[in-house]
Amino acid sequence: MRIQLNGQPRDLEAATTVADLVRAIGLDGAPCAVEVNARLVRRADRASVPLADGDRVEVVTLVGGG
Amino acid sequence: MSPHAPASADAPAAAPAIPPLRIGAFTLRSRLVVGTGKYRDHPSMQAAIDASGADCVTVAVRRERLVDAQGRSILDFLPLDRITILPNTAGCFTAEDAVRVSRLGREILEQLGNPGAGWVKLEVLGDRTTLLPDPVGTIEACRELVADGFTVLCYSSDDPIVAARLRDAGAASVMPAGSPIGSGRGIANPAAIRLVIDRLKLADQGGSADYPVIVDAGVGTASDVVHAMELGADGVLLNTGIAHAQDPVRMAHAMRLALDAGWHAARSGRIPRKLYANASSPWEGVITHIPGE
Repeated sequence: MRIQLNGQPRDLEAATTVADLVRAIGLDGAPCAVEVNARLVRRADRASVPLADGDRVEVVTLVGGG
Repeated sequence: MSPHAPASADAPAAAPAIPPLRIGAFTLRSRLVVGTGKYRDHPSMQAAIDASGADCVTVAVRRERLVDAQGRSILDFLPLDRITILPNTAGCFTAEDAVRVSRLGREILEQLGNPGAGWVKLEVLGDRTTLLPDPVGTIEACRELVADGFTVLCYSSDDPIVAARLRDAGAASVMPAGSPIGSGRGIANPAAIRLVIDRLKLADQGGSADYPVIVDAGVGTASDVVHAMELGADGVLLNTGIAHAQDPVRMAHAMRLALDAGWHAARSGRIPRKLYANASSPWEGVITHIPGE
């Protein structure tokens, strides 16, 4: 299946969860927040939320700003 | 004591202590809140924050850069045990996006165990060129975030009516812009800022003296901070004025001193402005010829 990850297409195995994706991009344990289709997925829920074809996923962090 | 100082010169008496700034359940030692954007690099930012004396800094929420994951995070350069992070919704142009971004910021700060998870600096912007706030979107987002448990600090225009509406929507603080973000134009309309402050703080206008008003945006140099504080602001939030100064650390010191200067001046009962002079030395006993007399 194919999702949009931070605006870029990414191919994933079927039955990938949010937790799997975060681990695959090396951000497991890093301070970040994940949205799927504009809805926040809390860290505690990542392992129980499966991704589906066409999902729009945003992985965000804190940066310098004013 | 320096060998050059006169023998009788003692240090001046200390100024009265400046009380902490209370915003909802949050308490800040410093009334200067600084941004973390636009610095040359993270160590420069760290040094400038240190010099500013701020114990609250604002940060933005952005996409992880997945191609460059080894770059160090701003969080590695902030003393998270000593400062409260104030996540902002910079870059949001709708209430809906501002609510999304607020929740994402809260999620990250909860992971970090930072008290900043409980609040947000709400910006709902009208357009990209002026970065002026959209008052309708800001009020709408404020209501929703307050209902979701956030302590909301609202970036606003310098309109006293909008400011009162934001307060009524549950904002814990209203933050009127001195002038557009990053413009360095200081307090463009001091009378308007004064009207905002009076509207929110004077009992006879339905305000409350302890309601915090923070001037946010447009500060270019230390005198702008003094000006904001002299107008009666409870604090100042700024970023570019320090970050883009040629010497950010020195400017951060200046901003810290300016805040204290403005705080004390505002409580000292300044003299009225007059058109004509008023001699400081007595006329009695002059030995000179005074023209026209």
